[in-house]
Amino acid sequence: MDTTLLFIQMLNGFQLGLLLFLVASGLTLVFGILDFVNLAHGSLYMIGAFICASLTYIFGNFLVAMVVALPITALFGYLIERTVVRSLYERDHLDHVLGTFGLILIVDTSAHLFWGPAGLAVPLPVWLDGQVEIFTGVVVPIYRLLIISIGMLVAAGLFWLVNYTRLGMLIRAGASNRTMVSALGIDIQLLFGLVFALGAALAGLAGMLVSPISEASIGMGGEIIITAFVVIIIGGIGSMKGAFIAAIIVGLIDTLGRSFLDDIFKLVMSTEAAENSAPAVSAMLVYILMALVLAFKPEGLFPPKVR
Amino acid sequence: MKALSKRGWITLLVMVALAILPPFFLWNGQAFYMDLATRLVILAIAGVSLNLLLGYGGMPSFGHAAFLGIGAYAVGIPAYHNTYGGFEIAASYSGVYHIFLAVGLSALFALLTGIICLRTKGVYFIMITMAFAQMIFYLFVSFEIYGGDDGLTIDTRSELPLFNLDEPLQMYMLCYGSLVAAMLIVRMVTRSQFGMVLQGAKDNNERVVTLGYSTFAYRLTAYVISGAMCGYAGALLGNFTTFISPEMMEWTRSGELMFMVILGGAGATIGPVMGAAIFILVEEVFSSFTTYWHLPFGIMLLGIVLFMRTGLLGFLTADRSKTKLKKEER
Amino acid sequence: MKKSLSTVLAAAMIAGLSSAAVQAKEVKIGYVTTLTTGAAVIGKGMQNAVNLAVDHMGGKMGDFDVKVIYGDDGFKPETGKQATDKLVKQDKVDFVAGYIWSHVLMASRNSVLKAGKFMISSNAGPSAVAGKLCHENFFSTSWQNDQNPMAMGEVLNQKGVKSLYVMAPNYAAGKNMVTGLERTFKGEIKGKDFTKWGKDAQLDFSAELAKAKASGAEAIFVFYPGKAGGAFMKQYQQAGLKGVLDLYTVFTVDSILLPKLQKANFEGVMGSFQTMMWSPDMDNAQNKRFVKDYKAKHGNYPPHYAAQAYDTMFLIKSAVEASGGDLNNMDAMRAAMKSANFPSVRGKFTYGNNHMPIQNFYLRQVVKDEAGDWTTKIVSTVFEGHQDPYASECPLK
Repeated sequence: MDTTLLFIQMLNGFQLGLLLFLVASGLTLVFGILDFVNLAHGSLYMIGAFICASLTYIFGNFLVAMVVALPITALFGYLIERTVVRSLYERDHLDHVLGTFGLILIVDTSAHLFWGPAGLAVPLPVWLDGQVEIFTGVVVPIYRLLIISIGMLVAAGLFWLVNYTRLGMLIRAGASNRTMVSALGIDIQLLFGLVFALGAALAGLAGMLVSPISEASIGMGGEIIITAFVVIIIGGIGSMKGAFIAAIIVGLIDTLGRSFLDDIFKLVMSTEAAENSAPAVSAMLVYILMALVLAFKPEGLFPPKVR
Repeated sequence: MKALSKRGWITLLVMVALAILPPFFLWNGQAFYMDLATRLVILAIAGVSLNLLLGYGGMPSFGHAAFLGIGAYAVGIPAYHNTYGGFEIAASYSGVYHIFLAVGLSALFALLTGIICLRTKGVYFIMITMAFAQMIFYLFVSFEIYGGDDGLTIDTRSELPLFNLDEPLQMYMLCYGSLVAAMLIVRMVTRSQFGMVLQGAKDNNERVVTLGYSTFAYRLTAYVISGAMCGYAGALLGNFTTFISPEMMEWTRSGELMFMVILGGAGATIGPVMGAAIFILVEEVFSSFTTYWHLPFGIMLLGIVLFMRTGLLGFLTADRSKTKLKKEER
Repeated sequence: MKKSLSTVLAAAMIAGLSSAAVQAKEVKIGYVTTLTTGAAVIGKGMQNAVNLAVDHMGGKMGDFDVKVIYGDDGFKPETGKQATDKLVKQDKVDFVAGYIWSHVLMASRNSVLKAGKFMISSNAGPSAVAGKLCHENFFSTSWQNDQNPMAMGEVLNQKGVKSLYVMAPNYAAGKNMVTGLERTFKGEIKGKDFTKWGKDAQLDFSAELAKAKASGAEAIFVFYPGKAGGAFMKQYQQAGLKGVLDLYTVFTVDSILLPKLQKANFEGVMGSFQTMMWSPDMDNAQNKRFVKDYKAKHGNYPPHYAAQAYDTMFLIKSAVEASGGDLNNMDAMRAAMKSANFPSVRGKFTYGNNHMPIQNFYLRQVVKDEAGDWTTKIVSTVFEGHQDPYASECPLK
């Protein structure tokens, strides 16, 4: 196994992990603080990607489009919270699941009607479209480095927000004791709306970042939502630190599994058997990881504090 | 004889309709509606089995499609080998053997995964059951001999005494009879002392534990019974569609089963049957009007969640005056 | 509940009764394709082509009015089978055609063939239906999965490519493609990756591309239908592999993908090679009319799926015209189709014993047309009159 390849794959895994973190952080905020299971979180990821893709063609620049698309996606999230989600807070989780599944169908089909089934490809500015040699033999696409930088920045920003700001304090307080926060004269409804909008913006950002790599397409939300849930379950619901660590672990395991599992299998079995079983096992790895974590820590790696 | 409750009347009407209408359609030359009804009844059995966990035991399994798949492959794999050779010990067309295999393997899978899953609660339980189902899904995707992702066609249906499954009416009668049996079993289980402990543990686990019951053992037993029952439904489904693929155990499938139960009304024997009926009939009707039927379907699901708090059954049996009052209160 | 259930069923029944009253002179064609999910873009192209074909026929096949009823498979075998069952049992169609996906075709096969109807695949070509499970009433207007990659393997040999990296999705067609390539490619395969496919298909290929680059292979062969193809092409460009690892594809670059890439200006695809049995620039009257009118109506070049769908309708037309006015005259219709005596957009071809086309395969390259639109152009003929390798397993004569 050569170390250059290993390093590149670690970097790829790290980048995938950061994207997962962006989706999972919003999910864990909404889940942990609002106690709301949002299956439709993936639809926000898709909406972000589509809005950004459309705006890229209008403004002619991907980065400008992203800056404009972020508040629009947040507003979209806020409106959904206002109209639908708000009246579901008092219900049990299964009602959330059923209701947001309905929401997925509505949003996905509307997107299909509005943007057509084909999906949108997103062009990058020329300076982002090349590669760079970070050190001898390690050549990576510049855009991947941008994803990593943005992901790290957002992660740092979220830690600061949750741990050191008044809003973060309210968020944490709201999670453990709603009535107390309301008693303090804080508009808890507004707070919840803002948290949901923040979650939408985070998911949307992930969708926007992914779209130049794949594209904005119908159903892209369904592809990521389950993995995002796996991440927040492994990390422990409501824990930002847990979501970050779990996302990076999942990203690394998934990428390294895809790249090296067949070579590892070839050491113990025939080439043909290895080529057949490696893809199946690497697809299972994430789920195996989750089952193992839950078998030993039934509430994830960083369980939320008792309420 | 005791007078029937509102819920009892609904149960009776739905079951009588299911007994009479499909054969009538078949007789009227509309074989397709018979197919629709058969699918409905088979999914209803799966829903009834899930309801034992979700409705009565407070264990929302998000991996029940795995049992459907195991059951279907328990028909498909022996039949495949009997037709094309190989793996002689397992090869057979015998339906009794298929069902034995479907029920046995599903129960075994439920037992092994249940021991781990039942350590968790709530959303964690939802996700870990899904994880095990996904593992089974990817396992079957990688079985190239059985078609992998492309699936497996069952050329010869199970051979059973009394029933010829190639005859649509007999196939339906078997499924209908099985549904009635499944409903009776769940009713019996939930009304026994076992069921009381199970439901008690759902509401207040500590109290039941203090009373000296090992709730874990009770839950595990319920999980195994439910898995086995769903595996049986899978064997029927395989025989009905004569085509099986890993797709039938993907997480979206498990989700649909869950939605059927919640939609119809969890915790009532007839609930999942009604849920399955709505799911299938609405899909059929909506999709005949527009390709984009997911849109009205989604609106309907959302509407039901927002405005019918306890599923369709709860809505139908509710005392109108009371619900109105409640809404005004809010 | 009883009331709503019975109303719905009664409504359905009435609908059923009215459609059972078949008009005297009408040929009903059930067409199953994908109309929902992201893959609907393929189904839409086929639907456009079918409608165009009916237009071009003036709505008539012989003395019969043509009625096409579409079924949506939702990209799922079970849904496709249900749609097929409905067409056969409820709409009582005379022909069932369409089918993009192998697994949908395999799931639906028995529903059509056991009912004694004709089934015509406009795209899917799994090895089973060409070999052991061939059927006298099954025809294809496309190809068998192995054939295109076999042609590509031959191209690679001719170009003197010695070492190759291979990528495909981890499902049956993906594996068929690789098997097909291995049948003809004589060089060394340095590495193979089967990536996750299905609902949560893998679309980030960074890890695989890094491996491919590190493997030291001269070229890369990929099969990524649908949106994964677009994702692959972009990452191939972003990773700067053009000129490092030459790209050869099958069923990845087509006129569904090209307009999208053109809009986003992903030049990396320009000049890349694929093999196919058809191309929009083919020079025959039927194809010229088809491409011109399709492009006029829908703005894009038709994809090969559309070409195959268009051919399907003309194949059926040749059968209906040979029926002598009796759509139960299966033998006459079967003989007519077997002779492949209809104007095909790919030019003349014949049917093998397994009712799969014996046809030419061409090397195509991505180019710009006079108007600057991105399309494909035939460079050379790779195989002439090529028959799939499974025909000998088929017991039909």
